[in-house]
Amino acid sequence: MAITLSGDHAIASPPLSARLTTPQVWGIVLLAPYLLVFLAFVVYPVGYGLWLARHPASYVALYHDPIFARAAVNTLIFLLVGINVKMAIALFLSGFFAQQRTWIKWLSVLFILPWAVPSIPTILSVRFMLNPEWGVINQLIFKLTAEDGPNWLNDPTVALGMAIGVHIWKSLPFWTLILMTGRLAISHDLYEAAEVDGASWSQKFRYITWPSMQTLYITCTLLSMIWTLGDFNSVYLLTGGGPADLTHVLATLGIRYLRLDQLSLAMASIVCALPLVLPLVYFMMKRLSR
Amino acid sequence: MKLPTLREVGTEAKLLLIGIPVFIWTMVPIYHMFLFAISPKEDAFSGKLWPDHPTLNNFSIVFNQQHYFLRDFWIQFWNSVVIAVSAGALTLLIATAAAFAISRLRVPGGRWVMNLALFTYFIPAAFLAVPMYRTMGNYGLLNNHWSLILAMVTIASPYAIWVLKQASDKLPVELDEAATMDGATTLQLFRLVYVPLMMPSLVAIGTYAILLAWNEYLYAFLLLSKDTEITLPVALGNFLAADDSPWELLMTTGFIYALPPAAIYYAFKRYMVGGLTAGAVKS
Repeated sequence: MAITLSGDHAIASPPLSARLTTPQVWGIVLLAPYLLVFLAFVVYPVGYGLWLARHPASYVALYHDPIFARAAVNTLIFLLVGINVKMAIALFLSGFFAQQRTWIKWLSVLFILPWAVPSIPTILSVRFMLNPEWGVINQLIFKLTAEDGPNWLNDPTVALGMAIGVHIWKSLPFWTLILMTGRLAISHDLYEAAEVDGASWSQKFRYITWPSMQTLYITCTLLSMIWTLGDFNSVYLLTGGGPADLTHVLATLGIRYLRLDQLSLAMASIVCALPLVLPLVYFMMKRLSR
Repeated sequence: MKLPTLREVGTEAKLLLIGIPVFIWTMVPIYHMFLFAISPKEDAFSGKLWPDHPTLNNFSIVFNQQHYFLRDFWIQFWNSVVIAVSAGALTLLIATAAAFAISRLRVPGGRWVMNLALFTYFIPAAFLAVPMYRTMGNYGLLNNHWSLILAMVTIASPYAIWVLKQASDKLPVELDEAATMDGATTLQLFRLVYVPLMMPSLVAIGTYAILLAWNEYLYAFLLLSKDTEITLPVALGNFLAADDSPWELLMTTGFIYALPPAAIYYAFKRYMVGGLTAGAVKS
C-alpha cells in the first residue's frame, strides 16, 4: 500500500489528501494493521531468511550431507503416498458420508475429531501404541501369535510409513468434509436419470460424480500438497526424525539445523523446497483470487 | 410398516462394512489416550481394553501439580489460554478491519493486499518458522508471549481476511448506500451495519484463530522455552525428553489439553462448518 501511494505521489501534483475520499482514507487506516503485521512478520523474515541462504557454500554442504538427501527423498515419498492415499480415501468416504442415515450423521460427528483436537496428545498416543514392549499393538500381536511384533519406529521405512499414517489420520476428516460439500452440490436429478437408464454404481461415478468433482479434487490435492510440505508434527512427534536422522522430511530438517545453530543450512534446505512450492502457490493464487 | 427388502439390507450391510473400520480408525488413538488417563500406572501398561480399576487419580495428580513434570501445569494452562484468546482477538480485529476496507470501502490497492494475504496463506508454516524464529530474536521478543501471539496472528490473518472478504462481498451494496444517505460516517457504517451482519463469519473466524493458537506446537516450542512461559503442548513435548516419562500422566494432561478445542468445535460447529468449508476451497 505504502509503495503504491508514494509511487502515485511522485507523478501526480495535487496533494494526496485532495484525491482521496474520506472512506478511502479510512480504508487505508483500517488496512494498516495487517500491512504492518505483513511487513514485520512476513516480508522481513522471508527477506532475512533468503539473505541468510545466499552463500553457495551452504548448498554444497547440504549436497554433501546424507541426511539432507534422505530427507528430500522422504519428503517426496511423504507427498506422493500421503496425499494420493489420503485424497483417494477422502473421495471414497465423501460418498459414504453423503448418505442420508442417522447413524452415518452421528459417525460424521465423531469422524471430525482427529482434525478438531490438537496433534500433540494424539500423535503421542499413537507413539505409545507403537512402543515395541509396552504398546497395545505389539501386545495384541503377542497374544494372537505368541511372537514379538516389529519394532515399528526403529526401521526408518516402517517409521516413515507410520508417520504418513498419522498424517492421513489427522487430515483425512478435513478433506472428506470438503469433498462431501462438493458431492452434495451435484444435482440429484442427474443420478435419478442415470438410475432410470439402469446405470451401475461405477458408471454413475464415472459419468456424473467424477466429472463434477474433478476440478475440486485437483485443487484440494494441490492445496494439500502445500500443507503436507509444511507438516512438521506428524514426523517430529512420532519419530523425532529418528532412528539415526533417517526419517526427516524438509519441514523437520530445517528445524533440526536451526536447533543445531546451523542457520544458513536451515534456510538453504527450505530454499531447496521452493521449486516445488512456488508453482503450487502460483497456481493456487490464480485459482482463488479470480 | 413394511419390512426392509433384501436389497436394502444388503446396502445397509455394505455401509456398515465401511462405517465400522472408519469408526475404529478414528477413535483408537483418542480412546487409547482416554484409557491411559483413567488407568492406574500398573493397569496402563497391561494392554487391556478397559482398566480393572478405573480411577480419576491421574487427573487429581495433574490438577494438584503433584509430579516433577507438572510443577507448572496451571501456569502453563493459563499461558495457553492467554495466548489463544489474545491471538484470536487480535486476528479478528486486524482481519475484520482489512476485509471491511477491501470489500466495502474499495480502498485503492485492496486487491493487491488480498493477494499478499493469499500468498502468506500458502507459505508452509514450518518453512516460515525458521526465519520467524530469528526475526523474533532480532525484535527481542523471544521467550515473550507476544512473539507467539504475533506469529499466530500472522498465520491466521490471511485466511481470516480471505474468508471475511468473501462473506463481505455477499452483503448488498444498497445497505452501505442507505446508511450513508442517512448520514452514517464510515466508522458508524462499520460498527452499526457491517459488524452485526458479519457476526456468523466473525464467530467462525474467531474460533478458527483461537483453535489455531491453542493447538500450535512448532512455533510455541521454538519461541518459548522457560518452564513458566511455555504453553501446554510444549510442556507435553518436554515430557518426551525423559527416559522414564510418566505416560499415564502425559496422556491425562494431553486429554485435558485436547478437551477445550473439541468442546469449542462442537459448540460452534454450525458456524465453523459453514464458514470454514465455504472459504477453504472455492470450487
